[in-house]
Amino acid sequence: MKRAIAMSSKDNVATALEDFEVGSTAKVTLPSQEVVKEIRVMEKIPFGHKLAIAEIKKGEAVIKYGEVIGHASKDIDIGKHVHIHNVKSNRMQLPDVWYRKEG
Amino acid sequence: MKFQGYARPDGSVGIRNLILVMAVADCSEPVARMIAEDVEGAIPITQHYGCIPGEMVANTLIGVGENPNVGAILVVGMGCEGMPAQALAGRMKKSGKPVEWISVQQLGGTRNAVKEGKRIIKDMSQKLMELKRIEFDISKLIVGVKCGGSDTTSGLAGNPAVGAFVDMFVDAGGSAIMSEPIEAVGAEEPLAKRAVNEKVRKQIYEMIGNEEKRWSVPGAQMEFMCKGNVDGGLTTIEEKSLGAIHKSGSRTIMGVLENSDRLLQKVPEGGGFYLQDGTHMEPMAMSFMAAAGAQIIIFVTGCGGTFGHAIAPLIKVTGNPATFEKMSEDMDINAGTIITGEEAIDSVGRRIFDEVMEVASGKYTRGEILGYRNFSVFRTDPRLDALLKISRYS
Repeated sequence: MKRAIAMSSKDNVATALEDFEVGSTAKVTLPSQEVVKEIRVMEKIPFGHKLAIAEIKKGEAVIKYGEVIGHASKDIDIGKHVHIHNVKSNRMQLPDVWYRKEG
Repeated sequence: MKFQGYARPDGSVGIRNLILVMAVADCSEPVARMIAEDVEGAIPITQHYGCIPGEMVANTLIGVGENPNVGAILVVGMGCEGMPAQALAGRMKKSGKPVEWISVQQLGGTRNAVKEGKRIIKDMSQKLMELKRIEFDISKLIVGVKCGGSDTTSGLAGNPAVGAFVDMFVDAGGSAIMSEPIEAVGAEEPLAKRAVNEKVRKQIYEMIGNEEKRWSVPGAQMEFMCKGNVDGGLTTIEEKSLGAIHKSGSRTIMGVLENSDRLLQKVPEGGGFYLQDGTHMEPMAMSFMAAAGAQIIIFVTGCGGTFGHAIAPLIKVTGNPATFEKMSEDMDINAGTIITGEEAIDSVGRRIFDEVMEVASGKYTRGEILGYRNFSVFRTDPRLDALLKISRYS
């Protein structure tokens, strides 16, 4: 089974360690290799990108490394791609051009 | 733990034996380049802020000249600069190493200046070649850490492996330094918790807060993350920062080194980990760390940055297994084994430690072999700092 890693047990996102196709299953492990979850992948997730391993409502904190990395700008379901299209920084916003690039 | 290095008159130890041919500004840079051409170990550098660049730039140039990897210095001036070659040379003489200066105008033009410059550095080269490497303790080594072209593997593998190295290195008596305030935005707390005292804790927040102000001026669209970061899966500055600070390890932060028009503070003797007020922009940050005394820089990349530095050899580490495979000629260390599950973080940290000790004793890095000699300097804009009411060093 393809792997994704959650850096802390507090995280609500995991990073894909391989490319994931829609409908595949991600085995989510902690850095200790302990398997914490199996998640059905709802969107194509490229290597290095994040997927939601818990439901994240609009405005709620996105957690990686056990720390807040921003907030959800839309509701995010489990198994969905988590990136600049549905997450905003709490500190410094990327220039608008990035959001156009993302299409 | 020992390495083989070159003794310098001020008690510092070089791991390379270079002649710096320093053009005061880019107007005399072509002459410096012509002088250095075909002379082994001669490195031409300059800066691009004009001939009255301000003290922050002067401090960086002087610091780079004083770096122990430099054995001798020739300063090349046009003759009419606001920051004269003679003055720069004079300020570097206290290092005790041979320092000379020439003026293109005084010598009567390009060809005479090149001829005289070559005569001076060939004499310097002969003397430097007589110097032999001798054994020194690890406490004489200062390693800088920097990341660039980051993707998510940097935070998962490359930076944690370098962090493991930094902890081992500091525990063995070495010094390490990190210079990139913006890539700590959102990661203040984990850094501040490591401060040696309340003053340093305050300075960490102050340094990061000042940089955040400079890069988030309302109405100005600033790109503080690159396309590769976002394509590689990094979403926000907080995520990038929390990954980036992994390379600083976990030991006590002994101080925040000032880097301003007033002073460029060197890494003090005695080992330990330091932050430096600097910039996140790679070649400039490397010059700042070299100016503070770093003899080696470890560079972590995800997408595959192929930098080098004019005077401080760069050990390049990638946490992305695909990048290592694709660009193995440029990468010194593969930390992608952490991603593929073949190797533990500490084990890669140990390999970086061994590589640092070998490079310190003379082994060439991939960047040196390929001929990379990046050099650039950076200054904060005093006008912007004044408008933003940024005050420093309370």
